[in-house]
Amino acid sequence: MTLKTFGLDQFGFLLYSLQWTILLTVIALIGGGLLGFAVALARTSQLKPVRIAAASYIQIIQGIPVLMILFLSYYGLSLAGFELPPLIAAGASMTIYASGYLAEIWQGCIQAVPKQQWEASESLAMTRLQQYRYVVLPQAMRISLPPTVGFAVQVVKNTSITSIIGFVELARAGQPINNATFQPFRVFLAVAALYFVVCYPLSQLSRLLERRLHAGSNR
Amino acid sequence: MSYTFQFGVLAQYQDQILSGIWLTIKISVLSIILGCAAGIVLASVRSIWGGAVRLLVDAYVEIIRNTPFLVQLFIVYFGLPGLGLRVGADTAALIGMTINLAAYSTEIIRAGTEAIHKSQIEAGEALGFTRFQIYRHVIIVPAIAKVYPALCSQFVLMMLASSICSAISTQELAASAAFIESQTYRSFEIYIAVTLIYLALALALRAVLALIGIWLFGRRIARKTMTALPEVQA
Repeated sequence: MTLKTFGLDQFGFLLYSLQWTILLTVIALIGGGLLGFAVALARTSQLKPVRIAAASYIQIIQGIPVLMILFLSYYGLSLAGFELPPLIAAGASMTIYASGYLAEIWQGCIQAVPKQQWEASESLAMTRLQQYRYVVLPQAMRISLPPTVGFAVQVVKNTSITSIIGFVELARAGQPINNATFQPFRVFLAVAALYFVVCYPLSQLSRLLERRLHAGSNR
Repeated sequence: MSYTFQFGVLAQYQDQILSGIWLTIKISVLSIILGCAAGIVLASVRSIWGGAVRLLVDAYVEIIRNTPFLVQLFIVYFGLPGLGLRVGADTAALIGMTINLAAYSTEIIRAGTEAIHKSQIEAGEALGFTRFQIYRHVIIVPAIAKVYPALCSQFVLMMLASSICSAISTQELAASAAFIESQTYRSFEIYIAVTLIYLALALALRAVLALIGIWLFGRRIARKTMTALPEVQA
């Protein structure tokens, strides 16, 4: 039997597993976006205990490794009696991870909206909900676009960590190929190249949005 | 849920946990020192020499920042022996972390140098500074002072990311946890304990970096260090 070399077939397998990386990223961004948005709102709440709870949540998520979130939800959920498929466990952990960072980014964006906007809308007798809905959030959203796209790059990259708990995405797919071909350099460079192809356009997009956001301002 | 927590078993594996903590601290501190130094050098040569050097540095920064740390570790650990360089798991972890952190530091410091106002440099020229003096006193040191909080956040992220090195069998804290888990099957207890240790390490690192910030740049910047946003922008 001859050793396989890293060829088109193997590359095809990598390309195929890229879809799991992308799926996981989408789950993390949607789930983390919803949860993170709630935490960001809680962080800017008028009630002090709510603010403190949200701040602690952000501090804790940002103070522990993504790998530990993965292990805890992987083992924790099975302990609670849920036999979850790896995709759900991985998706849940990436959601929690993303929510902690998105909450902080968006909190900053909400606070970046000038105070006068709050005061003006208040003087128009808007309720707090209306202020968020019609005045603050539309402006905050515009500011939040560049850092959010930038964070999406981090999420794409960090989905690779789910390979450690056995979820077969792009980084994991490289390992059996490496074991079969003994060409680690080529295999993992190809894996890295595929990540780059996904991440680089996102990074550039984030930069472009950032420039466009500042184009109209006082600089 | 009829699970009884037994944190008691962890006490038997105290040595394992301590040696894991020690290695995590060691590779984190070393990679922070080396990565930050490399970042200062790369950001400097990039703006001083320009041209091809600048393109090379930019390419390095973009490649590292747009690929996962785990894959970079795989390339260092599994790939380097293919080039005739045998490295152990600890060395590979240190090399991988340094390469990664150097790229992020370069980017952060570059952003700082570009925020230095042109009039500052002109003022330096007017005082008869040489180009090197201008670069040192007017550009790089104030730039680092300005981005110090962002740098610190990146250092903390790197310390947390060192847990990923367990995937290439570096025996740091996360690997110790996995080992104890395989011995005792007390997975939930051990991962809760280790998560808390990481949290404590992250807070301690922030505090130490804030103290270094006070010592280097004064109180105003150091205060921001404790609460700064991590550099998540691309």
